[in-house]
Amino acid sequence: MSATQRLAGGTADYLDRRTGIGVAVKSIARKIFPDHWSFLLGEMALYSFVVLLISGVFLAMFFVPSMNQTTYTGSFATMHGVQMSEAFKSTLDLSFEVRGGLLMRQIHHWAALLFMASIVTHMFRVFFTGAFRKPREINWVVGSVLLTLGLLAGFSGYSLPDDVLSGNGLRIADGVARSIPVIGSYASYLLFGGQFPGDALIPRLFTVHVLLIPGLILALVGLHLLLVVLHKHTQYPGPGRSDRNVVGFPLFPVYVAKAGGFFFIVFAVTALLAATFTINPIWSFGPYDPSPVSAGAQPDWYMLFLEGGLRLVPGWTEFELGGFTWSFNILIPGVIIPGILFTALALYPFIESWATGDKREHHVLERPRNAPVRTGIGVALIVSFLVLALAGSNDVIATHFHLSINDITKFFRVFIILGPILAFWLTKRLCLGLQRKDRELVLHGHETGRILRFADGEYVEVHKPLSADERWLRVQHEPSRPLQIAPETNSRGVLRRGYRKDRIRQRVSQFFYQDRVEPVTPAELAAADAHGGHDALDAVTGNAEIEGAVSPAEHASQDQ
Amino acid sequence: MNADDSSKDLVVGTDGEKYPARFADPGLPEHRDRLADRDPAAAKRAERQVAVLFGLSALGTIGFLLAYFLVPPGQSVSSIRLSNLLLGLSLSLGMLGVGLGAVHWAKTLMSDHERVEERHPQRSIDADRAGAIAALKAVAADSGVGVGRRGLLKGALIGAIGLLPLSIAVPLIGNVGGDWDTNKFRHTIWRAGRRLARDPSGTAIKATDVTIGSVFHVIPEGLEAEAHPLEEKAKAVVLLIRLDPRDLNEAPEKKSWSYYGIVAYSKICTHVGCPVALYEQQTHHLLCPCHQSTFDVSNGAKVVFGPARRPLPQLPIAVDAEGYLVAQSDFHEPIGPSYWERLK
Repeated sequence: MSATQRLAGGTADYLDRRTGIGVAVKSIARKIFPDHWSFLLGEMALYSFVVLLISGVFLAMFFVPSMNQTTYTGSFATMHGVQMSEAFKSTLDLSFEVRGGLLMRQIHHWAALLFMASIVTHMFRVFFTGAFRKPREINWVVGSVLLTLGLLAGFSGYSLPDDVLSGNGLRIADGVARSIPVIGSYASYLLFGGQFPGDALIPRLFTVHVLLIPGLILALVGLHLLLVVLHKHTQYPGPGRSDRNVVGFPLFPVYVAKAGGFFFIVFAVTALLAATFTINPIWSFGPYDPSPVSAGAQPDWYMLFLEGGLRLVPGWTEFELGGFTWSFNILIPGVIIPGILFTALALYPFIESWATGDKREHHVLERPRNAPVRTGIGVALIVSFLVLALAGSNDVIATHFHLSINDITKFFRVFIILGPILAFWLTKRLCLGLQRKDRELVLHGHETGRILRFADGEYVEVHKPLSADERWLRVQHEPSRPLQIAPETNSRGVLRRGYRKDRIRQRVSQFFYQDRVEPVTPAELAAADAHGGHDALDAVTGNAEIEGAVSPAEHASQDQ
Repeated sequence: MNADDSSKDLVVGTDGEKYPARFADPGLPEHRDRLADRDPAAAKRAERQVAVLFGLSALGTIGFLLAYFLVPPGQSVSSIRLSNLLLGLSLSLGMLGVGLGAVHWAKTLMSDHERVEERHPQRSIDADRAGAIAALKAVAADSGVGVGRRGLLKGALIGAIGLLPLSIAVPLIGNVGGDWDTNKFRHTIWRAGRRLARDPSGTAIKATDVTIGSVFHVIPEGLEAEAHPLEEKAKAVVLLIRLDPRDLNEAPEKKSWSYYGIVAYSKICTHVGCPVALYEQQTHHLLCPCHQSTFDVSNGAKVVFGPARRPLPQLPIAVDAEGYLVAQSDFHEPIGPSYWERLK
């Protein structure tokens, strides 16, 4: 036994005698995780969060969360003598006086953008593959809360430097808070500790940004990962993969190396971005002052959809009723849409399982094409997010493409309704088309481009049947059919109780599953092979393995 | 998944042969050896590649330290940029070397035999469930709440705990909004006779300085002397514009609010409160750069496009004895975004 081995053994023995950790090591060390590039998206979110923690601690050493006014005297000459808050001044100082400070600040901001981007793409991966289905509904809800916390973390963070750009963002937040019926003005006072801008906001945002939100995120990330371990990771369909097993590589050493390595790659990419692309150059915006504003101003990308909504909803949706002001022009995009969006998102697994009546556990992921309605809903959601984000950039589009801002806005006002509907319909049709293509492939095989001519002059193209593995991918899923419910009346014609509720549920289920393409069954494949019918071809293509083929005529009669 | 159902779902061929309802899983594909598994030379090569990647990382870190000590940021933006670039590139190299090295190691040299682990239903097994229920029953019995007559105890406990948070929440809510005096939304520091001054210099403006077509960003004179200058500025900023009086379409009751075509409007948008800073001289339109609400200055600043609904409030102005522009009074309505009790 070498010295290292003795040391390792000794340490392990010491720990186990005091913690009994051996049990955990036994079950965790060789835990199997399946492999797929799309599983990296969630990891990317986790790692960019770690990058945020590291760079954030660095920044917190130098940032002064205070709105006290001071005069700049630092090394950035063009700002000399300018009045600014200590928050803004310390941000300038940590960018210009602290060596490596600017790099850390840019890493922090880029990592925040990456954090949100990977959360959103991870969420879409989970959505489109049905990974949120039983038993993972709770983890989906945890993820939705993490998304919301991420938004708040981002907003509270980029408002901290107290520059003109983020200050106007806060003023918009004030306007949105004020629009809330009954309590609006108090909500505004609660945010700012009095009138806007006040001197309480930056210190409060700082506490929220460095303590409250990261603490919650950390706790929920822990829960999120614990549930992943408890559930064992989902896997994509393929030969040998079922709902009763998990196929992949062990945590130690393969995933520790791959995932650990991936953390450094994420850090490297963030550092590369921070080295080469300037982000949030507050020294060119200037300190916050309630009077100036910059044209072409936009929030970080994940807030753009809110900004876009604020730009789209026309002014006539505000009215006075009963002596009070109802500002639906702000309430709809600022409160109602995000409220409904985040609630519906969090509840989606429960809505779908109610509609489909599916209460079984699922560990094999669904191919998006095999759930056309869900995939359609997802794409519709992406399209509405994109339309709102583009609407939030309407001034930039107008100046870059020399278009009328009014025309762009009017177009988006219509397209925010039409776009998602079109996207849903188109996606659903594409999915059904892809399913038909799968059936076609399974039934008739690959085209080979080889044409045979028979003695009687008939031409046929030789098709190469799919291998068992190729075929399995296209036939492994179960057909999903609309719910069947008991009839409206019983045998004596008496109306059944609870029928109406069942009928609604069936309607929703039909919305999900009425249009469907079912996977090929062995009998259908046998029928198709017989239909191909050319016995002579079997010798050529080696297509003789399905025995007991059914001729078309017989198949037809059998259907009746 | 559905193994039990499949027996009911058999399809019968005409010749009496049966097909299962579903295809059978062909099972795990055969393992294919990688180059490094078959060829010791390839394995050796992969090992060297991993070592080189780790070496590159070390070089990156050394480069970072060199950049830190030898290329400090100076006074100019370009020197700050250079320092940032060198630090960032070397940090990135340091991270990338370790990352790629570890991944390459895992992919080429670690065992790539797929393993299979069984899954079990998520619910605990019946014996454990029974044990859990027995435990919970014991909890209920031991605590005494299982007995029906302990309603008073439960009610009192829930009531007491329900009230407790008040001792945190009341002082928090009481203080977090400052003085909670939302009436401050209604007033600005504009008063009769207060001079209009340039933003940010604070010098007063003479009516004769304002030529037709020009725009002034205005603050009340003496703003800096106020107790809370930023809060007051956030409400009091005004845009001063002179139009050809023939272009000006004034409501009869507001005719006296302007001075020879000079009008003053609140700069705070009635949508969500951005400064309405863009003036189009030809069309007399004011555009808010945040959400593109457009106001027609020649028509009482009423909304012609965008998400705002109400016109910008007008500040009545006059000229004092020395020829300086002054306010006649405060605004006649709350400035800025709408809120619930705005009309009260």
